[in-house]
Amino acid sequence: MLLGYIAKRALKLIPLLLAISVVIFIIIQLPPGDYITNYIIQQQNSGLEVNQSSIISMTKRYGLDQPVYLQYFYWIKNIVTRGDFGQSMQWTQPVSQLLSERLPATILIALLTLCVTWGVSIPIGIYSATHQYSVGDYFIIFIGFIGLAVPGFLLAMCAVYFIFTHTGQSLTGLFSSAYVNAPWSVAKVVDMLPRLGLVVFIVGLSQTAGLVRQMRAMLLDELQKQYVITARAKGLEERRLLWKYPIRMAINPMISTIGWILPGLISGEMVVSIILSMPTMGPVVRRALIAQDMYLAGSFLLIVSVLTVVGTLLSDILLAVVDPRIRFGGVTE
Amino acid sequence: MTADATLGGKSTRGPLLGGGRRKARSSYEVASQWRLMWWKFRKHRMAMAALPIICIMYLLTMCCEFFAPTLPLTRFKSHKDCPPTAIHLFREGEFIGPYILRKDSGMDPVTYRRVFVDTDEVVKMGFFVHGEPYKMWNLIPTDIHFFGPVESGGEFFLMGTDSLGRDVFTRALYGGRVSLSFAVVSIFFTFVIGLTLGGLSGYMGGFVDGIVQRAIDVIMSIPGIPLWMALAAALPKDMSSYTRYLFMCVIMSLVGWTGLGRVVRGKILSVREEEFVTAARLSGATHGRVIFKHMIPMFMSYIIVSITGSIPATILGETSLSFLGLGLQAPTISWGTLLQDCQTIEAIAQQPWKMFPALFIVVTVLMFNFAGDGLRDAADPYK
Amino acid sequence: MPGKDDDSVILEMRETRVRFKMDAGLLKAVDGVSLSLRKGATLGIVGESGCGKSVTAGAVFRTLPSYAEVGGDILLYEKDGKRLDEPINIAKLNPTGPEIRGIRGGNIAMVFQEPMKAFSPIHTVGNQIIEAIRLHVEPDEGKARRIAIDTLGLVGISSPEQRIDEYPHQLSGGMRQRAMIAMALSCKPAILIADEPTTALDVTVQAQVLDLINKLKAEINTSVIYITHDLGVIAETSDEVAVMYLGKVVEYCAVDALFHDPRHPYTRALLRSIPTADKRRKGRFDSIRGTVPYPMNLPERCGFFDRCDLAEEGLCGRSAAPMVEAAPGHFARCFKVEPYAAKEVV
Repeated sequence: MLLGYIAKRALKLIPLLLAISVVIFIIIQLPPGDYITNYIIQQQNSGLEVNQSSIISMTKRYGLDQPVYLQYFYWIKNIVTRGDFGQSMQWTQPVSQLLSERLPATILIALLTLCVTWGVSIPIGIYSATHQYSVGDYFIIFIGFIGLAVPGFLLAMCAVYFIFTHTGQSLTGLFSSAYVNAPWSVAKVVDMLPRLGLVVFIVGLSQTAGLVRQMRAMLLDELQKQYVITARAKGLEERRLLWKYPIRMAINPMISTIGWILPGLISGEMVVSIILSMPTMGPVVRRALIAQDMYLAGSFLLIVSVLTVVGTLLSDILLAVVDPRIRFGGVTE
Repeated sequence: MTADATLGGKSTRGPLLGGGRRKARSSYEVASQWRLMWWKFRKHRMAMAALPIICIMYLLTMCCEFFAPTLPLTRFKSHKDCPPTAIHLFREGEFIGPYILRKDSGMDPVTYRRVFVDTDEVVKMGFFVHGEPYKMWNLIPTDIHFFGPVESGGEFFLMGTDSLGRDVFTRALYGGRVSLSFAVVSIFFTFVIGLTLGGLSGYMGGFVDGIVQRAIDVIMSIPGIPLWMALAAALPKDMSSYTRYLFMCVIMSLVGWTGLGRVVRGKILSVREEEFVTAARLSGATHGRVIFKHMIPMFMSYIIVSITGSIPATILGETSLSFLGLGLQAPTISWGTLLQDCQTIEAIAQQPWKMFPALFIVVTVLMFNFAGDGLRDAADPYK
Repeated sequence: MPGKDDDSVILEMRETRVRFKMDAGLLKAVDGVSLSLRKGATLGIVGESGCGKSVTAGAVFRTLPSYAEVGGDILLYEKDGKRLDEPINIAKLNPTGPEIRGIRGGNIAMVFQEPMKAFSPIHTVGNQIIEAIRLHVEPDEGKARRIAIDTLGLVGISSPEQRIDEYPHQLSGGMRQRAMIAMALSCKPAILIADEPTTALDVTVQAQVLDLINKLKAEINTSVIYITHDLGVIAETSDEVAVMYLGKVVEYCAVDALFHDPRHPYTRALLRSIPTADKRRKGRFDSIRGTVPYPMNLPERCGFFDRCDLAEEGLCGRSAAPMVEAAPGHFARCFKVEPYAAKEVV
């Protein structure tokens, strides 16, 4: 039953992934001028010798002398078969190399933030809903409104400022200068933790605020439901009742939020990491976009979109595991 | 019931039933859906507080030429990085009306930094004063400003100046005009795209529905800010600022219409099967008439809620992008481009007043969130 | 009152009141209800929607929302099969405390109106039934499961060993209601409260479910309170019946007396409004004129005043009507009803 469901969902993703890749290829092609001409100009501007043979091999490899739809074909083929995302104009090195250096940190931060966001917002939402209209509830609502209203870049700026004025330390980058080039060690991880925590906090705040609101609303909704009264009428103790029925019901729709939280977190991480100059994709993609280095930016978009799609699939599977109505293709009321 | 009985019931209405009906009718008031929504909205205190603030924000920024004490590009060369000017009312215990003290620049003997000190020179302030000449909405030439020094040329900086000696408050108002109108314009495009595509998708179903649904899936899978950035980066660099503004609006709505599209589709699907819609279709109404006359009014309130809900996201998106240099670009003034002045720690540490535009952003977004909350509650007036 | 100070009485309400504290004021949902339920008997509570009949049940269970205030006495004379020397006053218990939890489910059980909503959709039917059994009867999981399967078989569910592990949405409406009844009866409660148990079901299934409850009632000697708006259900099932209007009991008597000799003008109007075959000739249904007033800030007068054909301005419009014993064991709350021996009961 479950396997069939998973297979069905996974099959549906293939056309979606294809469509995403087409959209991103179009974005890559959007800026005026063709790649080779821009590449030559770029090389000349940075005072490098333009190697004629490398241009010919590049043209052949990426099918740049072919019609656009064939170029798309070459692009996808290179990515799938060789992990070759093209050449970054600005960095004059393969995009895949840049990605492998910086993307893991981006994904790590996004996933970490996802876990923290979830781990924090569900208990807070439960507290808020079960203590509706209490002082604590109003406080949470208030903080939530602030969290939703302060843009990430502003929060990052304020954080940098406060930490600088209070400790004299500049908390930018993922490591302090002593550890940037040091090999991995316990001390390096310890050095990283407060910085990582800061990023996770800033990126996660607005998402947490949104999720707390959602959890609170869902749980308040569920608490009104008849089955809660049924359970109460059975003589079940309030706390056990709460965890067994309404909270589980309220968490279910939260699971399916992964699909839209993940792109939000990656967006947030990008903006924040630019301000905190983290060694992640954010600053690189920003510079790439300003310089219209589209293969680099497009590859990043492609990868995070695929990750989002996979995340959605995982959350769907998770939901099917915990919710029998979906697993059995049952009724929805 | 037989036909006979039905007729009988209609013609000979008994005194008991008839009397009751008349009485019942008089004791109920007929309120339109919008009226009910307004009653419910009124109960939401935060939303009611937010509404006038939003109106004031729009009034201030849309008539910014009048409300700004000076012009956004006027440079006060001797007052670069000048802190905000305080407005006083009492002089030596006596009320003399609003005035400021003229600031003089000097050198801090310890840090060798330029500092500003208040002199004893009183500059009277007043309402509807003559100041720098401008053209209201590019039409009416005048030099009247809402509030400012009575004699023109006084150095009054409510929120200080930037590093080129330009008044931050004035620039924040002009920037607000761009940022706030940007939200409205791009929401308008979003509305058009979302309503059209969502409506088509729900009404036509089948193939069209499939295409639109897949398009929504694709757009929703790509993280928003990088997508905006990539699309914005693809715009030609030599675009005029006005064209760029419009294109940015279009980009925002191309990415942002999906939420509204889903709402519209869902609602259309639910009212499509209603009997009055079938009746309209059977009586030969055109597709357009069925959609616009019979279906859309059924869920207009949800559309409004959805739109209000996406204004904060649009404002945050635009300011973030402009701040990062990928949205609107100088010389266009927006809240995002204004905040580019505080990208360094030193700028924030030494001229914190340059952060004032951020306050505008936060307050606006907060107020729109409050209003959106109230609207969401009010959209279901029967609940 | 019938059954007062009677050994066979198992549950008694005395002047029970439920008031909801709302923003706009105090809503008197149940306003001084006095009823008693005998062992093994069936009491029907009938009334229009909004008359307070479901709230009365909620008061017995103490499952009303926190802004509801329960007043008066609700006395339970029997617990866990033993007659109590001192009755438990449910109205005075802490609604979340352990005493009331021991009573709920074990001694008093409830069957709800909509079985689809009353079951949690993400737990199996068995899980939810076993939970009740383990709380009150048999803490051992395996034995509790056995009892659950037996009870499911008892209420006429075929292949209960298989059904027990199914989810509510996999059962049909009638099956779900049977499972609901099985859950209520699994702990062999002394009292079963059925709140509109058949309203959400098809007509054919309705009759089956009513028969089932009657049969089980006889088998395990449970007392039943039926809450319904359907006088037909009352006629088929109840021994005694209370008619509620605006939070008050307006007529309270044996079921035959209600149908053959109704005293209160409201009951009479209610009976007239039942469509019957011979009434077709008159051309339309009788309906009671007007609507039930909203039970908030009402003037001090008979609640039926506005809608009553017999209402007399000077008499009925001045104060609330008293409960009058119109015949032995037959009570009506009306100024116009003559007491059979000038005896007034509050």
